[in-house]
Amino acid sequence: MVTRATIAGISSPAELQTALDGAQYIADDALATAAYLALALGKPLLLEGAPGVGKTEAAKALGGVLGRSVIRLQCYEGIDAASALYEWNYPRQMLAIRQAGQDYVNLYSEDYLLERPLLTALRNPTGTLLLIDEIDRADHEFEAFLLEFLSDFTISIPETGTVRAVQPPVVALTSNRTRDLHEALRRRCVYHWIDYPSPELEARIVMTRASRVAEATAQAVVASVGLLRQEPLAKPPGVAETVEWAEAATLLNAQGARWPDAFARAIGVALKDHDDLSYMRDRLAAILPGEAA
Amino acid sequence: MTPRALDPFLRFAPSLRQAGFAVSPDQTVDFIAAVGVLGPRDMTDIWRAGRALFAVPPERVAEYDAIFRAVFLDQVIRAPTETEDEESEAHEPTGGTQDIEAGDEESEAGADATEAERLTSRSIASRDDAAAARLLRQAPAALPRRLSYRRRATPHGDRMDLRRTLREAARRDGEVLRLHETRRKSRQRRVLLLIDVSGSMKAQSEGMIRLGHALVQAADRAEVFTLGTRLTRITAALKPADAEQALPRAAAAVADFDGGTRIGEALQAFLAVPRYAGFARGAAVTVVSDGLERGSPAAMADAVNRLSRIAWRVDWLSPLAADPHYAPRTAGLQMILPVLDHLGDGASPGRVADHFLEYARRK
Repeated sequence: MVTRATIAGISSPAELQTALDGAQYIADDALATAAYLALALGKPLLLEGAPGVGKTEAAKALGGVLGRSVIRLQCYEGIDAASALYEWNYPRQMLAIRQAGQDYVNLYSEDYLLERPLLTALRNPTGTLLLIDEIDRADHEFEAFLLEFLSDFTISIPETGTVRAVQPPVVALTSNRTRDLHEALRRRCVYHWIDYPSPELEARIVMTRASRVAEATAQAVVASVGLLRQEPLAKPPGVAETVEWAEAATLLNAQGARWPDAFARAIGVALKDHDDLSYMRDRLAAILPGEAA
Repeated sequence: MTPRALDPFLRFAPSLRQAGFAVSPDQTVDFIAAVGVLGPRDMTDIWRAGRALFAVPPERVAEYDAIFRAVFLDQVIRAPTETEDEESEAHEPTGGTQDIEAGDEESEAGADATEAERLTSRSIASRDDAAAARLLRQAPAALPRRLSYRRRATPHGDRMDLRRTLREAARRDGEVLRLHETRRKSRQRRVLLLIDVSGSMKAQSEGMIRLGHALVQAADRAEVFTLGTRLTRITAALKPADAEQALPRAAAAVADFDGGTRIGEALQAFLAVPRYAGFARGAAVTVVSDGLERGSPAAMADAVNRLSRIAWRVDWLSPLAADPHYAPRTAGLQMILPVLDHLGDGASPGRVADHFLEYARRK
């Protein structure tokens, strides 16, 4: 299979990168390559990275580019099959039994089935992008269960039979790496570690996401965020925080706050931890963008 | 592609494996397919395809890069870390012992860790041990538990078992006689005890192994390893319920009693064996060691960091911590302090037994 694959009109990483640009997501070459490979080889895309670097956004943008609806399964500790696959609508079944009286009623028909994200993704005839978010929060058992699901894309419902994917969904998994994922799962996926973007890239992201921010402001904010990330903080600001900080400072500036002061007053959107804030209080002056805009 | 051009692609996976990356055959197939799909336009494409398909985590990129250069660009491989070539091997007792090169420095007096590896065996007497007996009696109720994925029916659960209730009601024409409830089952977490048996721990190691025996007996899932200049799994040796039988077997299995300390490398060896690393997954890990490391502190920090990402919690018990004014001073302990869940007193088997029995209270 040494042929160039074309998926949804995209036949190279560079084309995917351009398409993602159009969907308001600035991806670097490595991410575009990994995402393209995942599509071409039909494997899940596993995105790892620090919180706030845009893992979920990347998956959503990818869904937009492919013209597929994004179905999101948010993982949490204790997530089980009932909240991931399907559940029967028991109250309705109960009512149906009461109403039917002597008549026959099929309790396990479509009417009483509640679809959960994984089943929804399988049954959508136009194909979907299944986003399994923060898989590192789920239990190990759920990871093992997911492994089975991802290998053959079927769900078996004892009462009715097996549901097969009409069109296999494109799958993206994200992880904050609060714990290491199982080797078997990583092995099945195309892996990409999203790092903090380079300053130029991050400035472009700020400009794309926050349209009212001036270019000089964006560059200044990105420079200070870069310095903040070098400090020993509990929660270094992610890309989302950079965008918000630039936006908040611009807003305060428009209302009459002077420049360095506007940044200082808006620091709460960039640093969201009390210890971090008190640690940075004295050091902030040196880091703040001085004469922006 | 000619077979000749394919050659580095086939050599790449074994080279990665040799360096300790877990690479499966289908990953190699996918990697070659990925390169085909990409064109490839240049070396960067191959590099990126490999990184994505072999799932290289960020902290190992430098290692990956070095291997890539060696295989595809014929550049000389530079040793990624100095510890790599003298890695201590995982050792399951089979009787055969091999000499690892001995350090030529004389060990200094005092609490310093000894560098030279002396392979020494020791006999462990089974004797009445209050701490082990207490652990044996109280551990089944006190060891940490975790919620299982499965639910089971109970009279008083935390969730209604609607499925069962409805099935029963359907049988009785929709008459609900009883509401069933379920609760998630709980299972005992695996407990992992890693005992430092180096010279500086001489006074403790015997008691700790006796405690390990009690732990293996009392827990549903427990694993005991010793760390010195090498790593030894003694769980199997400790399986017989009779201490008089088990302890000599364990003592015979450990070949590096009272020798030097290379905890970092022993821990790295532990993590390098997938089966052993699997033991640590979601487990309560306890390391009994003074943290006096003659190997590189960076190796130890790296290993403990990785351990803490796999395990449920990592506790470090040091005999030196019995002193109320104790503060971890060694470089190794300083580096791992942020990822430890608890740094406690490991001076006597009694204190270590307390540590295990306190899990229930801590959670």
